Amino acid sequence: MDTQVTNTTQASSRLWSFANPSRFLAFADRTIPILSIATLLLFVIGLYMAINAPEDYKQGSSVQIMFVHVPAAWLAMMIYTIMACSAIGSIVWRHPLADVSIRAAAPLGAAFTLLALITGSLWGKPTWGTWWEWDARMTSVLIQLLIYLGLIALSRAFEEPSEGAQPLAIMTLTGFIIVPIVKFSVDWWNTLHQPASVMRFDGPTMDPAYLYPLIVMAIAYTSLFFTLHLMNMRNEILDRRIRAMKMSVARGEV
Amino acid sequence: MIALLKRDTLTTWRSGGSILTGILFFLSIIVLFPFAIGPDTGLLTRLGPAILWIGALLASLLGLDRLFAQDLEDGSLDILVMQEHSLALMVFTKTIAHWLVTGLPLILTVPLFGLMLNLDAFTVGVVALTLATGTPAIAFIGAVGAAVAVKLPRGGMLISVLILPLTIPVLIFGIAATYGALEDPAPFVSPYLLLCAITLFTAVLGPLAAAQMLRHSAD
Repeated sequence: MDTQVTNTTQASSRLWSFANPSRFLAFADRTIPILSIATLLLFVIGLYMAINAPEDYKQGSSVQIMFVHVPAAWLAMMIYTIMACSAIGSIVWRHPLADVSIRAAAPLGAAFTLLALITGSLWGKPTWGTWWEWDARMTSVLIQLLIYLGLIALSRAFEEPSEGAQPLAIMTLTGFIIVPIVKFSVDWWNTLHQPASVMRFDGPTMDPAYLYPLIVMAIAYTSLFFTLHLMNMRNEILDRRIRAMKMSVARGEV
Repeated sequence: MIALLKRDTLTTWRSGGSILTGILFFLSIIVLFPFAIGPDTGLLTRLGPAILWIGALLASLLGLDRLFAQDLEDGSLDILVMQEHSLALMVFTKTIAHWLVTGLPLILTVPLFGLMLNLDAFTVGVVALTLATGTPAIAFIGAVGAAVAVKLPRGGMLISVLILPLTIPVLIFGIAATYGALEDPAPFVSPYLLLCAITLFTAVLGPLAAAQMLRHSAD
């Protein structure tokens, strides 16, 4: 399992050296505490800023739901994009770590998507007067949640994890079609959900009083995701090693 | 390619059962709707095209797990993977053959079932046209799912779970085109062209992804 990286390749590309699971584990062990502390600090700052944000003249204090809702929705798309990139890595180089990355990210993606849907619903009740509407953005995010759940089901369906790597990667890439649909659904179908107000070509249209807390919260969410992703990947690698050891014990090799 | 098309179509046709099962399933779904929403003919007329579309979508998913399973069992899948012709082209042919024996019969029964739902001839024609354009896309998307699940025990359920979210665009534009032709202000041409685009798009990418999958599972 642990192939030794030679000195030449190590010098040529530092990034590739993390492709070695042992090296990755060492990297994860060093990074996770730092990232955890950073996440905690960012959340403290972000939530403090969010609570102190002024009340909206129309929505009142319910505007603060935005600081929980919008970053979760961004993360839902970003995580799928990361999974799709890992899928390319898994198909092209057949690298086990890319497969581990997909497996570790899928439940997190589903969790953030669910969080975006629930907070969106809680925000929709006071502002739009409805918990749920079959609006283009909500429906497409719901489909994205279904895709995440389908991928989790697929990743658990194989008895031998390495056998499932290619199917999982191909289905992940196929499902990537939903990300642009989610992103542009508010522009293509003019329904209830408002169009983008931060990530647009002509710059954000949001007041700085809301924009800065939102950005801090977005960074906090991203940092939370990477912490959890690294932890999940570490667990998955260790899990596979235990599995491999158990199998070799069962075969009487030890 | 033509030989494969003929072989696949004929084997399914002569075994007979699966075509009939598909149509019966389609019929059962349509029969369920009047029970669920009440036998109000006005309502049925309004919902008719949607009922036919949902029925056809579910019925086309039903047979998907057989797309490669039979070839895997008798070993011809390995031969298909090993021979020198493009595997994606083979998957494309197999999917077309699959559609000819599962999708096409459904469309041919649409006039009869449309009559039962109190639809007029024009509506039936429009539904048949949009179904004929849209169901190949479902088959091509389904081929990816079938290839993924080919080695899995109890893959049938998993195929549906994986494939249904991806078929939603087909349903959206199929229904949009149908109601566009029937109701005046809604446009017909642009959703119909988008539906055609989806079918062509999936006809290229679906077989490629499924072929990659099959090549892996044959290793």
